[in-house]
Amino acid sequence: MSRINNAFKQKAFIGFITAGDPDVDSSGKFILEMARAGADLIEIGIPFSDPIAEGVVIQRASTRALNSGVTVSKIFDMVASVRKKTDIPLVFLTYLNPVFNYGYEEFFKKCADVGIDGIIIPDLPYEEKSEVEEISKKYGIDLISLIAPTSHDRIQLIAKESTGFIYVVSSMGVTGVRSEITTDLDSIVGLIRKVTDTPTAIGFGINTTEQAEKFAGIADGVIVGSAIVKLIEKYGKDAAPYVYDYVKSMKEAAMRAMQKV
Amino acid sequence: MSITKFGIYGGQYIPEILMNEIIDLEKAYNYYKKDPEFLRELDNLLKKYAGRPSLLYFAENMTKDLGGAKIYFKREDLNHTGSHKINNVLGQVLLAKYMGKKRVIAETGAGQHGVATATAAALLGLECEIFMGKEDTDRQALNVYRMELLGAKVHPVMSGTMTLKDAVNETMREWSTRAEDTLYVLGSVMGPHPFPTIVRDFQSVISKEAREQILEYEGKLPAAVVACVGGGSNAMGMFYNFIDDKDVKLIGCEAAGHGLDTDKHAASIAKGRLGIFHGMKSLFCQNKDGQIAPVYSISAGLDYPGIGPEHAYLHSIGRASYVPITDDEAVDAFEYLSRTEGIIPAIESAHAVAHVRKIAPAMKKDDIVIICLSGRGDKDVAAMAKYRGRLIDEQDK
Repeated sequence: MSRINNAFKQKAFIGFITAGDPDVDSSGKFILEMARAGADLIEIGIPFSDPIAEGVVIQRASTRALNSGVTVSKIFDMVASVRKKTDIPLVFLTYLNPVFNYGYEEFFKKCADVGIDGIIIPDLPYEEKSEVEEISKKYGIDLISLIAPTSHDRIQLIAKESTGFIYVVSSMGVTGVRSEITTDLDSIVGLIRKVTDTPTAIGFGINTTEQAEKFAGIADGVIVGSAIVKLIEKYGKDAAPYVYDYVKSMKEAAMRAMQKV
Repeated sequence: MSITKFGIYGGQYIPEILMNEIIDLEKAYNYYKKDPEFLRELDNLLKKYAGRPSLLYFAENMTKDLGGAKIYFKREDLNHTGSHKINNVLGQVLLAKYMGKKRVIAETGAGQHGVATATAAALLGLECEIFMGKEDTDRQALNVYRMELLGAKVHPVMSGTMTLKDAVNETMREWSTRAEDTLYVLGSVMGPHPFPTIVRDFQSVISKEAREQILEYEGKLPAAVVACVGGGSNAMGMFYNFIDDKDVKLIGCEAAGHGLDTDKHAASIAKGRLGIFHGMKSLFCQNKDGQIAPVYSISAGLDYPGIGPEHAYLHSIGRASYVPITDDEAVDAFEYLSRTEGIIPAIESAHAVAHVRKIAPAMKKDDIVIICLSGRGDKDVAAMAKYRGRLIDEQDK
């Protein structure tokens, strides 16, 4: 059983941070802190200058990270050292250009070497996934697909070929905190489950424990990014205890969904 | 070759949330581009609203002065709104209307595409919102007001470098937030498929007319056609109907800013590398880590870190060539054309004029060069005066 599959044995809480925000050593610390607080999987953002799927919070984090001088190579080093201390599944979230620029073969080989389990690339839709599909498979890195409220007839097409887990986008727009999510996510997750056993996790806009409980009830897990990044924006290097407390409360909320099932 | 690509260039590198929109757009475009009613309405708008066909003007003074090839200008500057941008927006905004969309959104750099989009939206009765980098809304306050006069809402973009590329990012983000009733009217031959094809088709009227006009006036084809290139829409329009005429050289002029040996330029062919950005695989100015580089040109319309995929393809197969033109050369050409022909060109178009000043003298007298004069220069007058050390804009004082 892969590390990613392990993460979904119970309702999963997935936390996101941008590597290098405020500096790459702190990122390593935050990852371990989230793992200790009960997170089941961590998404590590490799910052890109022009993240078109991100809202202002993660845009600002990307800018802070790039200004701190972080590079793809430094992020690999940080992951390698984190991997020695934890078994938690780790996936990258980044845009295609930094990966292409590093060299697909080199990048995925390095992912396997340092213990990365999967990758999410928001600007690599189904139609273009042949860019990296074979190479990611060769190195055992799961290519994680996104499904959006606008996917309709594409839901099952994407789900059938999914690996790792499926990132279900909760609502229209970019990443960032939302007070209300009205998409019919039950139907989307239902359509996915008809064609695949790949676990699903809902993300975009989730920030309260109520939302975590609700959406963990619909899917197999929830993903929280901007709300965590906001804590790091506010507290900088000293954010670890705040991140710990927040992640712990969100994980507990997600687990409450399980008790109801 | 994949239908979404030109060779290896192009494609659809965009978030899943926009994929069905892009697919719908392609279907609608493929349908309406053959629909007689759509074509009749577009043709009518181009002729009776935009002022097409545009003149093909023989620049006799410049020809005599340079003493080589005969020089013609395709006068896109005489179109309604003052540039070639109207050709594309009338097509795309009309398409939006036929698709039942209520709203159009667009990015703009200096404001030419924003003004053209706001114009077409006003005419065709659609809501219009324009995204423009904060740097540009400050530099081009007049164009911001112009768009507002036309009924558009202008959003200053505060992210990233606060210029054109960030305006594109923000328009994409807006489109992923509200797509159902909205069409993104992209301003150049860039972005994900089908935009590079749609924009090229709507701009190809430039070379369709120019080819017919030159055959009528001179009875032969030109030795070269020359156009400036940022994203590359006027150049693609100027090249397209000459691509199969193998003896016609196609020359694009990129912004070399302060020079290619500095980091202040926007020359994606000369200095860029293959990459993936704004939905397409093409050539981009980027740093060693694949982060998109801040670019610079005196011309806001050429101040873009990439180039449309069809240009990258024409370059890769050697069908078109691309040359760098510095700020200094462009400003000289801006002044030269004003004095020599009584035509004040857009600073973008002045890049093409600058190159022809270099090559025409060495060409044969019976050779013909056509320059795409993509826009008029009124918008640039204050900046050019400032470049020469004269402050004439009240806001600069």
